Amino acid sequence: MIPSEFDYVRAGSLDEALSVLAEHGEEAKVLAGGQSLLPLLRLRLATPSVLVDLSRAEELRGVREDGDALVIGAMTPHHDVMHDPLVGQHAALLAEATSTVADPAVRHLGTFGGALAHADPAGDLPAVALALDAEMIVASGSGRRTVAARDFFRDYLETALGPAEVLVEVRIPKLTGWGVRYEKFHRVAQAWAIVGVAAAVRREDGSIAEARIGLTNMGPTPVRAGSVESALSGAPASQDAIGSAAQSAAEGTSPSSDLSAKSDYREHLARVLTRRAVVAAAGVSS
Amino acid sequence: MTEDIDVGAVATLVEDSGEMGTPDGTREVGRSRRRKEDAKLVTGQTMWTDNIQLPAMLHLAVLRSPMAHAKITRIDVSPAMSMPGVVAVFSGADLKDELGSLPCAWPVTTDMVQPDHPPIAYDEVRYVGDAVAVVAARDRYQAADALEAIEIDYEPLGAVVDMEEALKDETLVHSDKGTNKAFVWPLETGDVDAAFQDAPVLVKRRFIQQRLIPTAMEPRAVVVHPVAAADEYTVYSATQIPHVLRVMLALSTGLPEQKIRVVAPDVGGGFGSKLDVYAEESIALIVAKRLGRPVKWTESRSEGYQATIHGRDQIQDVEIAADRDGRIRGLKVDLKADMGAYLQLITPGIPLLGASMYVGIYKMDAYRFSCTGVFTTKTPTDAYRGAGRPEATYAIERIVDELAAELDMDPLELRRRNWIQHEEFPYTTAGGLTYDTGNYEAATERAMELFGYDPLRAEQAKRRESDDPVQLGIGISTFTEACGGAPSRILGQLSYAGGGWESASIRMLPTGKVEVVTGTSPHGQGHVTAWSQIAADALGVPFEDVEVLHGDTKSSPTGWDTYGSRSVSVGGVAVHLAAQRTVEKARRMAAHMLEAAEGDVEFSAGTFSVKGSPEAKKTIQEVALATFAAHDMPEGVEPSLNAEYVFDPENFSYPHGTHLCAVEIDTETGFVTIRSYVAVDDVGSVINPLIVEGQVHGGLAQGIAQALYEEAVYDAEGNLVTGTMVDYLVPAAPDLPEFTTDRTETPSTSNPLGVKGVGEAGTIASTPAVINAVVDALRPYGVNDMRMPATPERVWRAIREGSTGGDRAAEGTIAWGGSQTATTAGAESGSAQ
Repeated sequence: MIPSEFDYVRAGSLDEALSVLAEHGEEAKVLAGGQSLLPLLRLRLATPSVLVDLSRAEELRGVREDGDALVIGAMTPHHDVMHDPLVGQHAALLAEATSTVADPAVRHLGTFGGALAHADPAGDLPAVALALDAEMIVASGSGRRTVAARDFFRDYLETALGPAEVLVEVRIPKLTGWGVRYEKFHRVAQAWAIVGVAAAVRREDGSIAEARIGLTNMGPTPVRAGSVESALSGAPASQDAIGSAAQSAAEGTSPSSDLSAKSDYREHLARVLTRRAVVAAAGVSS
Repeated sequence: MTEDIDVGAVATLVEDSGEMGTPDGTREVGRSRRRKEDAKLVTGQTMWTDNIQLPAMLHLAVLRSPMAHAKITRIDVSPAMSMPGVVAVFSGADLKDELGSLPCAWPVTTDMVQPDHPPIAYDEVRYVGDAVAVVAARDRYQAADALEAIEIDYEPLGAVVDMEEALKDETLVHSDKGTNKAFVWPLETGDVDAAFQDAPVLVKRRFIQQRLIPTAMEPRAVVVHPVAAADEYTVYSATQIPHVLRVMLALSTGLPEQKIRVVAPDVGGGFGSKLDVYAEESIALIVAKRLGRPVKWTESRSEGYQATIHGRDQIQDVEIAADRDGRIRGLKVDLKADMGAYLQLITPGIPLLGASMYVGIYKMDAYRFSCTGVFTTKTPTDAYRGAGRPEATYAIERIVDELAAELDMDPLELRRRNWIQHEEFPYTTAGGLTYDTGNYEAATERAMELFGYDPLRAEQAKRRESDDPVQLGIGISTFTEACGGAPSRILGQLSYAGGGWESASIRMLPTGKVEVVTGTSPHGQGHVTAWSQIAADALGVPFEDVEVLHGDTKSSPTGWDTYGSRSVSVGGVAVHLAAQRTVEKARRMAAHMLEAAEGDVEFSAGTFSVKGSPEAKKTIQEVALATFAAHDMPEGVEPSLNAEYVFDPENFSYPHGTHLCAVEIDTETGFVTIRSYVAVDDVGSVINPLIVEGQVHGGLAQGIAQALYEEAVYDAEGNLVTGTMVDYLVPAAPDLPEFTTDRTETPSTSNPLGVKGVGEAGTIASTPAVINAVVDALRPYGVNDMRMPATPERVWRAIREGSTGGDRAAEGTIAWGGSQTATTAGAESGSAQ
C-alpha cells in the first residue's frame, strides 16, 4: 500500500522535534521506530501531514541508573533494552517481555518509548510498564511532566500524551531480586499476544510478600490484576494458593471478542496464564 | 556454487543404458547439487517483474470495489484526471470492448454456467476487490492518490458468502444466469447401492476445507512494453504460465498472438496463484496499447489478498461403508466447491482434479462422487498447491481414521487391510485411474521405524490414564496423488481446453556448450539445476556447461508451463528425450568423422568411439564443432545437432508416502504443538535429492499451515476480515517442527526417467496427518472431528463441548483490542510514535 503524502522532518534534537510539533499540532505525528506507525500510514488509516523522526535525537537513547530506579530513553530500541545489563539486573521482567516482541528485525527498529506511546493493548510492553509502576517523563515546549503508567494509558491507542508532547524517558523502579515471568500466548512466533501476563513476585521465606501483575490485551488498555495481587500478598508460595488466587485474574477486565479470540476464551486464558506466570516467577516447582 | 552436499542416499537412475554420465564418468542425476539459481537470489541480483524500469514508464493503480455485490449507478473518473502526475484514468465502460472477458479454459460440463468476466467491472461488482477503474500516473504514489478522487456510487445488491445459502438462489451473484449453481459433475463406479446396503459399518462426516489465501513471497506484478515500431507488446508478468498467458491474452483482447511476447522473469513463488490469467494483465496490456507507453502494476500484499485467487473452500460430505473386519466396501462423496464470484482460468476443474483421488490408496467395490460448483460474492478460487488432491486426501485419510475408531482398530492396521499391495500394480482403482506403481508397505515400514510408533502409543495411554494436562495424539496419512499432468488425451476427456504435453530443445553450441530450452516455467522449483543434471548425463557434458532457457515466449516458444507437480515428469522427461535425439544426430556425424558404420559407434560419458578400436574416438564437443563448420557432412544430413522433443505422457505418475505426526495438546489452553513429524515419500527416481528435500519441507509447511494456522474469513457482508498478514496467519520457521524425512524409491513406469513429481506431496499429505493427530489426542473428550485450522480456541472449545471447535467468529470484531490489525483498528485517534 501507498501512504498519503506527508512532510518529513528528521529532528536532530528533542528541542527541534518539540518545536515542529508545536507548530503543526494534531497534524503532526512522531516517528520513532515506525514498526506500528508505518503500517497505519500504508493502509491510509493514519494520514498525518508531517512526520517528525526522532531517530537522530541521541539524547533519547540509552539506559541509566538514577538512585532506586532505572531511566530508559524512549528511543532505545527493543534489542538494546533486552540486552542491557542494568535492565537484566533490575527490571528482568522488561527484558523477558521485550525478547518476545515480534522478531529480530522489528526489535532492532522498534523502540521502547514508541511501543508505549502507541499504546496497543495487544503490545507486550504497556502491561509490563504498568506492572512495574513505571513513570513516563513527557516533554513539551513548556517543560517536562511525569505521568504514572496507570494514568498514561487512557484508551485503545490513546495515551495522556498531548499533540505537542513527546515521551522522552521511562523511569522504572528497580525490582532487584524479584522473580519475574512474561507469559505470552500467541499462535505464531511473530504474532501479537492474544493474552499476555506480566508477573513480578517478591518472595520472603516460604511466602509471596508482594506480586505485581499486568495483563496484555484484556481490555482497551493494559490492566493490573489487582485482586490477584491482593490475594497473593502474604500467601504461601504454593501451586494451590497461586492457582486459587489466579482464579480472579479476569476480574475487572473487558477483553474483546474478535477474530483472534472470543472474550470468554480470553478470560480463561488470563486465569491459566496468570497462574503459570506467578508459579514461574515465584519459583514454585510444578 | 555447484559442489556436492551429502544428504544421504543418492538415487540410482532407472534404466542403465550404459550411455549416460558426464565426462568424468559420474552421474549427475541423483546428485545433491546446490542450485545454480541461488547465487543471484541470495545476492539480490534477481530480476523480479517489479524491478523492471523502462523509459517513460507509467504506473497503474486499480480502484477496487469496497462492496461485495452492488450495481455501479454512477462513476466519474474526471476528478482524478486533474490530480498531479495523472496521465489517464479509465472506467470499465471505457475499456470493455478492448479488454474482452477473462478466460475460463475448463468448461467441466456442457451446461456449465459461465458468466462474463470483465477485467474491470462496468455494471455490477461481485466481490470486494473487483476492479472498477484504473489510473495511469507518472509514479506509483500519484497513481494511488488519484484513486481517492474517483467518484463512484453503488446500489447494494446483497452479499452471499455461504455456499448452502447461495444454493437457495435467493441472492443471485449473476442475476442473468438465474442460478448460483455453476455445474454438477458426477462420477460413479461399481454398485454403490449394493456396497452400502446392509453394510455392517457406516461412518459419515462433514469436512470443511476452509478458504486459504496463497501467499507467495513475490506479489503479482505486470509490466507491458509496447514496441511501437513493430506493433508488438512485451508482457512481463510474475506468472507461472507465460505460454498459456500469451494464448489467452491474444484470445481475450483480439491482439494477434505473434505480436504478443510474454516473459516470466524471475518469479518468486506461486503455489497456483500465478497459474491464472488476471484482470491486471489484460488491463496493463490494453492501457499500454492505448497510451503507447510502458506501464507497470504491482499489487500490495493486502490488495493481493483480495484480488489474487484463493484456494480450497469446499464442503465435503463423506460416507464410508465397511465390513466388521475393516474391509472397505464403498465410498460416497458429495462435494460443494466455492467458485467465488467468477470462473478464473481453471476454477471449475480444481475440485474435479481430486474426483478420482478420494479413494486414495485403498481397494473398494464402489465409489460415488458428485461435485456442485457454487457462485458466491467472494474472491474467485482456483488452483492452490495440490489443487483438488489435498481435499481428496484429507477426506479419505480422515474418514479412514474415523472408521478405525468406529471399529476400535488401530488406524494403521485398518489401512494395511485395505491398501493396494505392491505386487498388485498396475492397479485400476474405484476412482477409475490406473496407478502405475507403488509400495505402500515399504514407505510405511520405514516411517514406523523413524517415528517410534509403538513407544508413542504407550506414552499416549499413560498420559490418558494419568489425566495429564498435556495429551498426546498420533496422526497417520498414507497418501497418494496424481502428478505428471497430463496425458493430453485424458485432458480432452475431461473437457479441458488445453493439452498436457511438454516440449524441450537441445541446442549444441559451437564451443560444445549446451542450451536447454524448456517449456516449463520455474518460479522457485530449481529447474535450471535439475534440467542441467538431466541434460549433462544424457549428453555427457559437464553440468556447468549447460544453460537452461525458460519463461520467455521468444526464446522458449512452446510449452504448458509449471503447476501440478508436472514439470519433471513431463518437462524433465522431454529434456532427456530431446538430448537423446541430439546424441543420435551426433552419432551419425561421429561415425562419418571416424569413418565407421553408425551401428559400430558407441557413446559413453560424452565420447563416441568405435567398437573394437578404442583409440578411434570423438567427443561430443568435437562433433558439435565439426557440425557447426559443416565442411564435411555425411550425405543427406543437416548441419545441426539441435533437437526438440515434445513429450505427452501416457499416464499420470502417482507419488505416495506415509506421514506420521505426533502432537502435544495443552488441554488448558488448547494449544497444539507438533512434537515430531516423519515424512517418508516415494516420488520415484530422484534427479536432485537436495531439491526434493526442499520441496518436501516447503510442502509440509504449507499443509501444516492449513491444519493449524491459515483461514480466510469473510463477514456476512462479504468483507474479507483476514485482510492482512496480521490476521491471516502464515507460519514461519519458528512455528514449525524439525522434520524427519526419508524416501523410498519405486520408479514410475509412466515415463522413461521413472520420476513422479514432488512439488505438492508434502502439502497433500500433511494436513490430514496433523488433524488426525489432533482428533486422536482429543477422542477421549468425545471429539470425533476438528474444524481447520485447529486454533487453540477451537481446540479448547472442542475439549469442553466434545465438538469440532465450531466456526470462527466472523462477526463481533470490534474496534479495539485483540485483533490488532490496522484494518480493524480505529487508529486515527492514537498518539502513535
